[in-house]
Amino acid sequence: MASIAASPVRRARGMSAARRQDLFYGLLFASPFILGVLIFWIGPMLYSIFLVSQDWNLITAPKFAGFGNFERMFSDPLVSQSLKVTAYFTFVGVPLQLLTAFCLALMLNRPIRAQGIYRTIYYLPAITPAVASAVVWVQILNPDAGVLNAILRVFGVTPVKWLFDPVAVIPAFILMSLWFVGPQMIIFLAGLQGVPKELIEAAEIDGANTWQRFWSIVVPMVSPIIFFNLVVGIIGTFQVFTQSYVMTRGGPQDQTRFMALYIYQNGFELFRMGYAALLSWVIFVIVLFFTVIQFRLATNWVFYER
Amino acid sequence: MNLAQADSPSSQYGRQAGKNVLTPRRVRRAVGRGLVHILMILLGITFLMPLAWVLSTSLKYRAEVFVQPIQWIPSDPQFSNYLEVFRLVPFGNFIFNSFYVTIMGTVGAVLSSVTVAFALSRIRWPGRNIVFAVLMATLMLPGIVTLVPVFVMFSRIGWVGTFFPLWVPSWFGGAFYIFLIRQYMMTLPIELDEAARIDGASHFRVMWQVIIPLCGPAIASVAIFAFLAHYNDFIGPLIYISKNEMYTLPVGLLWIQGRYGNFWHLVMAASMMSIAPIIALFFVAQRYFVQGIQFTGLAGR
Repeated sequence: MASIAASPVRRARGMSAARRQDLFYGLLFASPFILGVLIFWIGPMLYSIFLVSQDWNLITAPKFAGFGNFERMFSDPLVSQSLKVTAYFTFVGVPLQLLTAFCLALMLNRPIRAQGIYRTIYYLPAITPAVASAVVWVQILNPDAGVLNAILRVFGVTPVKWLFDPVAVIPAFILMSLWFVGPQMIIFLAGLQGVPKELIEAAEIDGANTWQRFWSIVVPMVSPIIFFNLVVGIIGTFQVFTQSYVMTRGGPQDQTRFMALYIYQNGFELFRMGYAALLSWVIFVIVLFFTVIQFRLATNWVFYER
Repeated sequence: MNLAQADSPSSQYGRQAGKNVLTPRRVRRAVGRGLVHILMILLGITFLMPLAWVLSTSLKYRAEVFVQPIQWIPSDPQFSNYLEVFRLVPFGNFIFNSFYVTIMGTVGAVLSSVTVAFALSRIRWPGRNIVFAVLMATLMLPGIVTLVPVFVMFSRIGWVGTFFPLWVPSWFGGAFYIFLIRQYMMTLPIELDEAARIDGASHFRVMWQVIIPLCGPAIASVAIFAFLAHYNDFIGPLIYISKNEMYTLPVGLLWIQGRYGNFWHLVMAASMMSIAPIIALFFVAQRYFVQGIQFTGLAGR
């Protein structure tokens, strides 16, 4: 792009007045972001590296702790616990969310009446503010008066203690998360609508049945979207905070003490700033690791058109 | 295109051949369609259940809340529950604070993101690609890593306990918003800018009078995302705000739950009031919600 504008610039030796001017305006217009990255990303990250070696409660002067925070981390049973439950919630929850969203999108991608109304209804829970949803779900999941157990009783199923049961609490969180798959559903739907009709018709003429058309055409064509939803889902779920803070505060028996919650508690309840900074780096490295892995894997099973 | 449509030519033929003949195939299709609708309606009820619960509980008597089986329609709707919330806590303040932070943050996010997106798509300058690469990197980075150091920074400059940390960072552009608008701007022909530039318009005028008017859908989507992000922000006010009357709706709601947790009807009335503005926004601007999300997904390709 900009070939006309750029050509006189390219011909000039060194930097022409026009090019200097473009550089000036480019930097000027981009300056909010450039400053933002320095102030809110690079600066804090460098400072955070320094914090890792400090023992500091925000009030008294910071003390150099060497590898003290590392030693604490490796002997802290709650770190491995929080990693475990975060991984459980992420790697069971995200695939189930994607599966739900994909099935909903497949159903909506049919020529049915009132399609727009169904789409709106399925999407609606996703826009409710996270704290409000969490507060509402505390009641829905209540063992005695909650609506979920009321429904289970109708079907003769023994009521579950959900948020009070160490075994059922993560499944309860995952179940709840399925109500909020609206955005993923919309993204899948856009992807499904982008699958060229000609491809499916051609396969049909070649004698492919519905199942074969689905697996050989539709799934490969939307695989970049599946991949996108997977990466975004994992990045987001690894940092889950609001639900556990509002609904369980990490309990019962630390089953919902997710990484982000534990970082918050160390930083802003126990005022161990250095330790919280170190734990933030752990989550940072893990999320980055999965993002890179997924981009590597993607080259094997994701089909890109171009 | 989808799988169900694949056999539409033959069904059209069938319709022409005999309008009222019930062939087994047509019966099967009609039943199939009916079953799909039933399934989708059941799913719809499932998805609406939490909202129905909020509305229903918020209008109940205290005693009625715990009645089993659940009464979905309150016997005598108690609209006074909503007034009770205002009597018990400074709920009006929560609403005002939320909107203050949301509007300041959204305006800043939109203005700054448009400007940066313009620099990354309509001006050619050395270093542009580097800045864009940094932008893509920050999209991938988990934000939690900066939680503690940014708090320390704001506490150093004395902003803890003020609203500034909740909206000032938005004036530096959000990576995702910039990306979204930039992708949209890339689709506009560069000749537009060139014609205006030849006529002597500055970059600023090109942006303001040529490009921004053409970016309506992208800007609307970003405005909605930014609105939601600020309105729903929880960890921000949780960390930075400690005075009750300075709470925004999410922390205010949490406070109500903590103090009046046994009064389910009041907690739900407060929840309903914090959800209502978002639902209203959704119905007014649904197109831009959906557009923005679709755009996100396609950007991921």
